[in-house]
Amino acid sequence: METTRFILSTSPHIRDPITTRKIMCQVIVALAPVTLYSVVIHGVHGFYVIVSSIAGALLGELAVQKGRRLPVTLDDCSALLTGLLLALTLPPKVNWWIALVAGLVATVLGKQVFGGLGHNLFNPALVGRAVAFVSWAAYMTAGYVKSAAIGIASTPAHKAIEKAVDVAGGASPLAAMKIVYDPSLSPVGPGGVPHGIQASSYYKPLLLANPWGCLGEVSALLLVLGGIYLAVTRIIDWRIPVIYVGTVAALTAITGRDPLFYTLAGGLLIGAIFMATDYTTSPLAPRGKVIYALGLGLVTWLLRFWSNNPEGVMFAILFMNGLVPIIDRYVLPRTYGKAARTKEASGP
Amino acid sequence: MRTVAGINAGWRKRIRGGVHPPDNKHYTAEKPITRMEAPELVAIPLRQHIGAPCSPKVKKGDRVLVGTVIGDSEAFVSAPVHSSVSGTVREIAPHPHPVGGESPAVIIENDGLYERDPSLQPSPWEDMGPEDIRRAVRAAGMVGLGGAAFPTHVKLAPPGEFPIDTVILNGAECEPFLTADYRLMLEQTEEVVEGLRIIMKAVGAPRAVIAVEDNKPLAVRKLAEVVRDPAIELRTLRTRYPQGAEKVLISNILGREVPSGGLPMHVGVVVNNVGTARAIAHYFRTGLPLVERVVTVTGSVIREPSNLLVPLGTSFAAAVEACGGFMSHPAKVIMGGPMMGLAQHTLEVPVVKGTSGILALSDREASYEVPREPVCIRCGRCVEACPMNLIPTYLAVFSHRERWEEARRLNINDCIECGCCAYACPTRNPIVQLIKFGKAELARLKAAEERRARERETSAGKEGGGGNH
Ligand code: SF4
Ligand code: SF4
Repeated sequence: METTRFILSTSPHIRDPITTRKIMCQVIVALAPVTLYSVVIHGVHGFYVIVSSIAGALLGELAVQKGRRLPVTLDDCSALLTGLLLALTLPPKVNWWIALVAGLVATVLGKQVFGGLGHNLFNPALVGRAVAFVSWAAYMTAGYVKSAAIGIASTPAHKAIEKAVDVAGGASPLAAMKIVYDPSLSPVGPGGVPHGIQASSYYKPLLLANPWGCLGEVSALLLVLGGIYLAVTRIIDWRIPVIYVGTVAALTAITGRDPLFYTLAGGLLIGAIFMATDYTTSPLAPRGKVIYALGLGLVTWLLRFWSNNPEGVMFAILFMNGLVPIIDRYVLPRTYGKAARTKEASGP
Repeated sequence: MRTVAGINAGWRKRIRGGVHPPDNKHYTAEKPITRMEAPELVAIPLRQHIGAPCSPKVKKGDRVLVGTVIGDSEAFVSAPVHSSVSGTVREIAPHPHPVGGESPAVIIENDGLYERDPSLQPSPWEDMGPEDIRRAVRAAGMVGLGGAAFPTHVKLAPPGEFPIDTVILNGAECEPFLTADYRLMLEQTEEVVEGLRIIMKAVGAPRAVIAVEDNKPLAVRKLAEVVRDPAIELRTLRTRYPQGAEKVLISNILGREVPSGGLPMHVGVVVNNVGTARAIAHYFRTGLPLVERVVTVTGSVIREPSNLLVPLGTSFAAAVEACGGFMSHPAKVIMGGPMMGLAQHTLEVPVVKGTSGILALSDREASYEVPREPVCIRCGRCVEACPMNLIPTYLAVFSHRERWEEARRLNINDCIECGCCAYACPTRNPIVQLIKFGKAELARLKAAEERRARERETSAGKEGGGGNH
């Protein structure tokens, strides 16, 4: 028999069909319902924001890779996902150019300066958001705007929401409840917050049609469904969102406030499901992930209740991102057959 | 009723780590073992086991019979090699070896008569002591047939300070594609179980566990019918690769961890493969040493995938030919399974004692892009997949950057090279390749270090001697 060349490589000779691109695409699929619904609720301006943010992220990645003569990796869909995630953390009324700049910042400063995919310390989308948040604070405050103000016609969805808004007032639910619970810490007065508002009156709009928050906060239900999809397909580790949200809820309850409200309101769900689970910026090993998620819950709770801001998810995640190298250094699994972990070991 | 009660089917504990590759056993699972004729020329390597290679015991022109010793060694960790055919020794020359490179082999012209060496006689193991059993096992040329090819008599001779309380018979066969052990458990059940009893006697173990993955219910049923001894327990294990890896098996069945750098005997266990047990029993029953073995010849490009009983020394080419040849050119030919097998560069290599399978993969199955530099998105899949609880991505990166000391501190030497990490990696990092490289480098550095220490000692000794003058 003739002996022609065979491929020679070391074992294993087969690979799981999963690829980076497939993973990113799965996350995008999980975000698709909430993205589409957001456009339905917030109208075409929301669509512009999303497109600008994605364009910024793709451009940033492309520019750096072209500039440094590196292979262009837009096809791994990671920059696309970063742009989309960023957009979903922006307020619907934000100017399109802010979204574009934030997108650029996300991939350039958030990812490429660290050395690209897998090397960044902080979640790129949140870096983009944080920069926009600090630079254009006035534009970035997410309050409810009547549809007329952003130039779109009222849809039946809008009418229903406006009715709900009339019940609950114009301020975001977290800001409203901050005024109710600790007026001393709240930077704004009680204007627009109906007297005697109950946290529970927000449940339904937060779950089904939330007009106050960022683009990605339109429906807690859709976010949770996306999260379940990702957990079942084993794209994300369920431990992070479950422990993170669980910690926030538990601490909230201990503080004597409504845990369900504080779970549904603000950026907690989108942050816990889609941001905190980012591979690169979360710990490698299971035990580290648990510690990280507990830390996230604790910091979020601290910021929400003991700072001037009603919300704390973004800074909590960025803060814990910064601790990941330390967690990865000290919290490694015990090797099979070793009595205990040999000294401390560090990652590359 | 007792047979059902005898199976501990409740054992569904999820092993830590592991992966679930498509098992692809359908190609050959239903194919009974068939014997193939040896080709006109067989090339029997003198090195077919871990340990000292054999020196030839025959020379060019000698007539040999089936079972004639053609190579042996004085070393303890070694096993003799026998002729698988009757015929004439054509030459003793380097020949391509499936484990890599070339290695001296006895090339025999097969006369097609299969005349047996008259000295081969059955031996009644029931009347023999452990020492005699071990000697017989060595004389039979027995090595681990699961693929590792470690001389069996060494495994059966644990030193007195490590009493063996349990023999585990490994019928997990967790590698995808392979069905040789499965067929043996179905077709040669009596011999498999008898082999286990011989092993128990040799190591003085009071009990044994037969471990089979739960994707082989027919084998489990068959074994349950045959096992009569209450000291032998039958256990089904959750199907998950690498369930059959020694260390994984021991911790899943007995809850014991083999200490790092140690052997199963250090925790009172001896693990043997079902194929080895069957071959041992066959030897005591017939006197025929290890001159043939069951090989699963399989893969999508093999015309008639089969479980073949192949005389050792038969070329891969002849074994593939016996299965109808290739339907299309294979992109990759592997000895063993797809997770731990060795890629071959030629089909001239002979079937050896450790050849559990010949696997031919098509282009589509065998090609995937590997990044030039390891890219890690830190997804943690390799960490979750590692049955040894290592951090494969760090080991790969440290090996890549030649930071040996850090790799060692992260226990790179505890890696069993099972391949789970690389299998699971979405960026297709060649993790195992890098780890193997790192381990080899560390071993080299350690050897060099020891050599230097020895040299220092001897030169210090000389100086000391000089001072005495
Ligand atoms: S690091 Fe070694 S033991 Fe762990 S999964 Fe990879 S090959 Fe297997
Ligand atoms: S599986 Fe691959 S990409 Fe994921 S952490 Fe391990 S090496 Fe990195």
